[in-house]
Parts: sequence; structure tokens; C-alpha cells
Amino acid sequence: MSSFEPNAHIGTMSSPTSPAESSPSPAEPAFKVNNLSIWYGEKQAIKNVSIEIPAKAITAIIGPSGCGKSTFLRCLNRMHELVPRTRLEGDIHFYGENLYGPAVDPAVVRRRVGMVFQKSNPFPTMSIEENVLVGLRLNGVRDRRFLNERLEQSLRRSALWEEVKHDLKKPGMSISGGQQQRLCIARALAVEPEVLLMDEPCSALDPIATAKIEELIRELRDKYTIVIVTHNMQQASRVSDKTAFFYVGELIEFGDTTQLFNRPAERQTEDYITGRFG
Amino acid sequence: MNRSSSDNQHHWRKLKSAFASGLAFTSALLVISPLALVFFYLLISGATSLNWAFFTHLPAPVGEKGGGMANAIVGTLELLGLASMVGIPVGILGGVYLAEYGSARINWGLRFVADVLNGVPSITWGVVVYGLVVLRFKSFSAYAGGLALGLMMIPLIMRTTEEVLLLVPNGYREASLALGISRWRTIVNIVMKTASKGIVTGILLALARIAGETAPLLFTAFGNHFWNRNLTEPIAALPLQIFSYAISPYDDWHRQAWAGALVLVVGIFIINLLVRVLTRERTARLI
Repeated sequence: MSSFEPNAHIGTMSSPTSPAESSPSPAEPAFKVNNLSIWYGEKQAIKNVSIEIPAKAITAIIGPSGCGKSTFLRCLNRMHELVPRTRLEGDIHFYGENLYGPAVDPAVVRRRVGMVFQKSNPFPTMSIEENVLVGLRLNGVRDRRFLNERLEQSLRRSALWEEVKHDLKKPGMSISGGQQQRLCIARALAVEPEVLLMDEPCSALDPIATAKIEELIRELRDKYTIVIVTHNMQQASRVSDKTAFFYVGELIEFGDTTQLFNRPAERQTEDYITGRFG
Repeated sequence: MNRSSSDNQHHWRKLKSAFASGLAFTSALLVISPLALVFFYLLISGATSLNWAFFTHLPAPVGEKGGGMANAIVGTLELLGLASMVGIPVGILGGVYLAEYGSARINWGLRFVADVLNGVPSITWGVVVYGLVVLRFKSFSAYAGGLALGLMMIPLIMRTTEEVLLLVPNGYREASLALGISRWRTIVNIVMKTASKGIVTGILLALARIAGETAPLLFTAFGNHFWNRNLTEPIAALPLQIFSYAISPYDDWHRQAWAGALVLVVGIFIINLLVRVLTRERTARLI
């Protein structure tokens, strides 16, 4: 295992905190976001958003294109920083730790907060097995037994094991689109994150593959905190516990999914979910 | 009346079309013919002097028949090796900087400089290395020749590396970084690995380009009629040997110069074939 410590603290200031503090109680939210604003150059993408994202639950983020939902998702594991000239105000606490503290290494954040993208993107030079294990291997894990266990566990959790267990050496690109997306989920799960961020994970898939991924998301709910961005309101209402509605960079409404879809408190939410705009 | 005039127009159009495509076809022939001519002429003039001795023997002293260019063939390979030690690491790392780091303004400057360097006449490199290395150590040397060729490789490899790295879709970088993999490991193990065939192609093209260079070697590697035992001493190279044999007054040396040119061209031809095979597979696999 050597240098890899999946549950390592995100900061270098981790030494004084005891293990008891870092293991979350279910009631504590995973993320506490306070007055968050994000700019790309001159353009403000997120406007003063405050939200608490519950742990071990599925939170859906909906809203029309360009409303900042992807940006919001990406700032939860600091992926938005890859775009040059971004600026952030406000703060995000992840189990009480400031995600944007000066001592925090983004790579360590991303090991705890994994991500699945819109377009499935298995690495083209790697086999199925190599794709799943790449996160561990490139973080220094060499123990063959440990890797094998993690390989099977991750593929089982992403409901792909039965379909590929005899083809682990085949290229990751050789399987179908839906399988590739589940392979990407397995790859994200292999580094044992606590949170899985999903950025429209089904928008490039057919209905059958979509149904499989949705079923998988519901199964993962017990072990992981999941935040999913989706264009598809039926999908949000099918899979999520909580739903947040974003509109032009602002958080308009956040609440239990059933309540938000049946009795929205805000006029804009109602207009959007009934299809009057968006 | 109407009918026949439109028929006339039709004929006229067809004639123009035939003329244009004929012109294009002739131009295409003109493109191919120099290569065909060079190959044909080299084969006629050089093939007769190609024998086992050519590849295994040292040049014969003046007045003696026979001999070969073994030292020049090995010398060229040694020089290419030395040049690679300079050109490949610097070129690749420079390309990585251009594609993965670097701000837009710095990159604009770097690309401009690299493109200018690509256009610098090759003899300039020879002069520069002569001034910097040969004069200082007071000796022509294999190192100096390798350095001159290596400096020529840098901008070539830098630009091709940059281009193939930029072809790698951003989704792979994001996927890797999102796994908590560091930036450097992402670049080396994901991005460069994905683009590895393209990078190798760039290296091969640069090697093919410099393998036949004579001017940078004239006053760096200098040439040598014997085996080079020490890289701090002058070393033979095929293009140099061809040059000195071609300007000599002896018929036997002329024939050997033709043979040397044939070997050089065949070598470069093989490198280019290799590139073709590699790029065909790459386009089939990537994207």
C-alpha cells in the first residue's frame, strides 16, 4: 500500500485531528457551501450560493443550460480550477475542513471526491483492468493482491463485473458506450472516494444503458455521497433524495426531491419543471 | 437554335474540364518523377559498387581498388545517437511545455522561435558549434557533430510533440486529474502515453531529416578515413564521405560515392516507411 492512504486528510494540517473527528456522523452534511461565487475571467458563473449537501444521499442539480450547475459541481473537487483565470469567493467545507485552505492539495481532495463525466472516457491505451486500477497504480500502490481485490470490488460495485470478468485484458474502448460509462464509474470507485460527483453521466447513453446507470446510482447511495447534475428532470425525480434548482448562477430552490417536484416553493422552479422555459 | 448553342457550351465546358484535369495530372507526375529519377539514377550508378566489402571495409588508400564505407556508416549511426541524446529529451520536454504548461504569450514566442530555428540554414548550426565547441577544445570531434545535429532536431521534435499532445482530448486529462493523479503523472502516464506513437513519429521524421545533413558536419565531425576510437576525435559520416569522394578525381571513388548516396537514401526511405506504418495505426486508434 505504501504511500497511498485513501482516507488521508485533505490538508497537511491533519496531524492534530483524531480519527473520531474525521469519521463523519450521518447527520453531518458532506459539504457546507457558504456564499460561493465563481468567476471565469469577467463572467460570473455562480452567484452567492449557500447550500448544505447531505452525506450518504443523492443530491440532484437541475437547471437550464448555462445555469452554472456544472461549474458548481466542479468546484466541489476543485476541478473548475483547470480553467485558466477562475476566481472564487466564499468557502466550501468538506466534513468541517476548508476545501480551499492554503495547505490543501487538490489531488488529495480529488481522491476523496471522485468524478464521472458526461462523455465516457476510458483511457484508450489501457485495458479494462488497467483503467480500473490506474488511480491506485499512479498513486504508488504496488501490492498485487490488494489491486486484484480492488479490481473485482470496483467492477462489482459498478455492476460491470459479470459482463467483463473474462475480458479484463481487452481494451477499455472495446466495450459498449454504457459499459464504458460504468467502467469509468468503477475507475472512480477504485480509489475509494467518499463522494461521487456525476456530470450528466447518462446524457450520451440510450434509454436501456441509462436505466442501468440509474439503478447503479441508487445502489451506490448507501456507501457514497452522490451529487448528480442532470438535464433530465425525470431522472432527477427518479434517483435523487434532494434536488437543487439553479438558474443563471443562482440557487433558486433546494429541498426534498418529492416536495420540489410536487409543491415547488418558487415560481421559477415551477415554471422550469412544468416545461414553461429551459 | 437554342438547343445547339447549349450543346456547344456543353462541349466547351467538357474541353475546359479535361484541360484542367490534364494539367493537374501532369503536375502530379512532376511531383513523383524527381523521386523516381533519383532512385533510378542512384540504382544504376551505385548498385554496381555495392558489395559486402562496402559495408565491412575501411576506405582503401588512394590508388588502391576496393575498400568500403563501414566507418562512415557506423559513424553516421553514432552521430545520430549523440544527436538524439540532445534533441530528443530537450525537444520532447519543450513540446510538453508548449502543450501542457506555458501561457499563451510565452507559447506564441516559443513557437515563433522554434519556427525560425527550423528555417535556419543547416550550415549555421555547424558554424555555431564550431565556435562554441571545436575552437574551445581545439579539436573536431564526434561530440561536436552530434551536438550540431542535435540542435537541429530540437525545434523539429518540439513542434511535432506539441501538435500530437494537443490532439489528445482534454477529457483524458480531466479524468486523470479527477482520480487524484498529479499533474506531472497525468502528463507522462496518460497524455504522453496516449500520444506516444505520434511522438515517436516526430522523432523518426527528425532523424530522417538530419541523417543526410552534410553542412553542419563539415567543420564539427570533420570526417575520418579510419575507425573512430574516441568520441572527442573526428568521426566519419556517410554524407561527408560522399562529399569528399564525389569531389575527388578518382573514378573508383565516384562509384563509391554513388553507392554511399544509395545507402543513405534507402535508409531514409525505410525511416519514412516506418513513419507511415505508425501514423496509419494511430489514426485508426486515436479518436
